[in-house]
Order: sequence, then structure tokens, then C-alpha cells
Amino acid sequence: MSKRVVITGIGIYSCLGTNLDEVAKALYAGKSGIVFDQQRKDFGYRSALTGMVPKPDLKPYLSRRQRMGMHEPAEYAYMATKEALEQAQLDVDFLEQTETGIIFGNDSTAASVVEANDKVREKGDTTLIGSGAIFQNMNSTVNMNLSTILKLKGINFSLSAACASGSHSIGMGYLMISQGLQDRVICGGAQEINKEAMSSFDGLGTFSVRESEPTRASRPFDRDRDGLIPSGGAATVILESYEEAKRRGAPILGELIGYGFSSNGEHISNPNIDGQVRALRMAMKQAGVTAQQIDYINAHATSTAVGDSSEAQAIFEVYGDQVPVSSTKSMTGHECWMAGASEIVYTLLMMQNDFVAPNINFENPDEDSAKINIISRTQEQKIDCFLSNSFGFGGTNSTLIVKKA
Amino acid sequence: MYLNDEKVAFDEVIEGIRGFLSEEFEVDPAVILAENNLKDSLDLDSLDYVDLVVLIEENLNIKVTGEDFKDIVTFGDFFDLVKKKLGR
Repeated sequence: MSKRVVITGIGIYSCLGTNLDEVAKALYAGKSGIVFDQQRKDFGYRSALTGMVPKPDLKPYLSRRQRMGMHEPAEYAYMATKEALEQAQLDVDFLEQTETGIIFGNDSTAASVVEANDKVREKGDTTLIGSGAIFQNMNSTVNMNLSTILKLKGINFSLSAACASGSHSIGMGYLMISQGLQDRVICGGAQEINKEAMSSFDGLGTFSVRESEPTRASRPFDRDRDGLIPSGGAATVILESYEEAKRRGAPILGELIGYGFSSNGEHISNPNIDGQVRALRMAMKQAGVTAQQIDYINAHATSTAVGDSSEAQAIFEVYGDQVPVSSTKSMTGHECWMAGASEIVYTLLMMQNDFVAPNINFENPDEDSAKINIISRTQEQKIDCFLSNSFGFGGTNSTLIVKKA
Repeated sequence: MYLNDEKVAFDEVIEGIRGFLSEEFEVDPAVILAENNLKDSLDLDSLDYVDLVVLIEENLNIKVTGEDFKDIVTFGDFFDLVKKKLGR
């Protein structure tokens, strides 16, 4: 018999704020975290727009040795996880004595790899890279750093699934717990923000060039969008079995009731309506809910014409024209590897505070977005059950459904 | 100016070494005394010796290898190694 899976802690480090309180306020206010980054322009980017987060100061929390193997993904993930653990009332002493797992989404470590190899080019000696680089350079950097810092004893691996990494990490944690293999798993997603990480993506010409209006540039579902905007940070979602959460007296923020997934098996970057619909239906079937029971959909929509249109069609096919939909990427930009996890955090904050965050900059629909109920201004509303979509390059799709516990 | 400049007195070189070691390994400079144990005082593990090699290259512009640390126990031994590498 499968176990119930609940969320007992969340943490966020994003361009909307570096803690839950700041981010909840930004979501309600419809605030954009997008800026113009001159460094990118000077480097040769077509678009200098990006979400931006401050570099966290980890010195008060971690020893030198613990910090040495961390670059942006692990640094951001540590900050988000610290907040989530506090909310879940978990500390290292408890984690060391119990079996807690970690499955974190991450799909690049570009800047640290470039820095390490630049050092070899300069010095002609690999020893002079230093001891931390290898642990920064590997894609499992978040897992290897957090699992050792937090003294974790359970399942431990990273999940790479392009822009659905964070969502699949939560789905995988859900499966581990529902199958009775783990009592508790730290899930999440991390995304580095630096010019090395996103140059090849910029090179595809998919980023918005509305550089004169950074906060108006990310416009998912809007007729006049001209591309996505990269962003990053980290988000953490702590999953536990219902029994374990009750036994500990932990706060229960929501129950994860459905995880749907699929692969398009077609083009490497173009989305596919059938693949999205299959993930949506799978999540619904598992959750045992009807389309009418979904109070809100947090869309993947990134502000690209092809992606937004296909998702609008998939949503319309399964849910019709009534369910409220918004893409928080209108405020955050596309948080890529982190997005599937951060958007669960954003939507839980909406659920806790009874509102739907707006899809800002949605001014004029196109043929497909006109068919669904896109919320362009903050809407006071109770959310008892929500759905979050994430889609990634390679045609990987993930859908999560969460309800109030 | 590099600490390996021959115009810099070796006492000043030692002060410079105390400075960069205490800053990098986040220890009180007062523990960096010739008679104290280098590994224990700086709380070094095997990975930290790689960073020690990097620090020496960056601050003194001299190359040392892991092999050079084989017989080093105290800071005094370490200062002697630097002295030898600097040709003093």
C-alpha cells in the first residue's frame, strides 16, 4: 500500500527575494525580478536580461572546508535548504541519527568549470586549480555538498532533466516515500546565474531583447512576447510520509497527490502537446482528482511563442476554459533547473495566503491563450488543490498535483 | 610585491606567510608559531594540502609539491622549506 506524502518545509532563494516572506510579498505585488546585466552585453550576449540574486555569505554558517566545494548551485541550494529545514523543524543532529534522503535537481555547473580550466591555461599546472573545483564542477554538486554538510544517511543522487529537473526531483522523492523506501527526502532545484551558464542558450536567439523594459520583458502567453529571460537561485521542498510528519509534530504545508511524467520522443527543443497532455492525465489519474477539482494551474509557460501556445492548448484540452492559470515566470524569468521546485514553493505560498499570483505583462492574448483563463492581476482566491507543470529540452515533461492536507 | 623579492627580509616573509595562512584557513595568527604543529593548528585534511600548494604559488611565486610536505611537521619545518625554495 502506498504511503501519503506531505510537504513539511519549503525554502527559496530567488530573484523575487531571499526568503519565503519576501517572496510571498513579491508574488502578491506582482513584482518583477528581471534586470539588465551590462556584463552580459559586454561578453557578447544578444540579450542582457536576466533574473539576479545576491551572492550568499555562507561564512557565518559553514566552515572553510564545507564552503570550498561550493559554487553558485550549491550556495543557493544551501540557503534555500537552510530555510526549509528550519520550517520543517529539522536540524543536523536529528538528520544524522535518522534516514533522510536528498534528490536535488541541477543541470549545469558552467562557471566553475570555466574558472577551473582558465586557471590551468594560465598556470599550466592542474594542481593550481585548488581542491574545491572538482566538487563544484560535477553536476551532482548540490547533492555532494548538502549531503555531507547535513550528514544525510538516505537516498542521495542528483536529477538532471533540463528545465524539469526541479519538478522531477520532487516527483522522485514522492515515489521513494510513497513506496515506503524513505521517510523523508530533501528535494529541490538549483540554477546558477552567470554569463557562462546561459551563453549557449542566448545563442539560440530565444531570449527576449526588450532590454529597454526589463520588468516588462517576460510576458508568457502575451501576444507580443519576444522570448524568455534566464534566471536562477534555488528552491527546496522537504517531503515526508504523513505518518512521520505527524509523529514529529511537523507542520504540514500540503500533500503531494500526483506525479505525472512523459517524454515527447520527438524534437530536442520543440514542445509537443500530446506529451504534455499525457503527463497531465497521468498526474490526475494518480491524484484521483477531476479537472473541476483543480483550483489553479501554475503554468510552465516561459514567454516563447511555441512553448506557451502548446501549453495553452494542452491545458484547454484537459481543463477547458475555467481553471485559473498563471505563469510566475512573468515575474521570475525562467529559473530553468530550479523552476519545477521554485514554482511548487511559489504556489504553496499562494495556497497559504489565499491568492493567485498574477501573470504580469499579459496584456493581449493570442489565438491559444485566449482559450484559457489567464489571471493577469492578483486574485484573492482559496486554493485547495493546484497543479504545476514543468517541461524541458529533450521533451521531458513533469506535472505535480498538491492539495491542502 | 611578491614575498619572494630578495629585498624582503625573511622575518617579513614569515609574517606574510602567517597572514595568508591565517586568512585562508580562518585561524588566529597567534597559533602560527615555529614550534606548533602545522596540520593540527590549521586543521588540515588531505584536500587542504592542495590548497596550501596553491597559496604558496600565489603568494610566494614558488612551486612546491605534495612530496615536499612529507617531512614537515611544524611551522618551523614549513618556514625552512620556504627558505630553501627561495634560495635564502
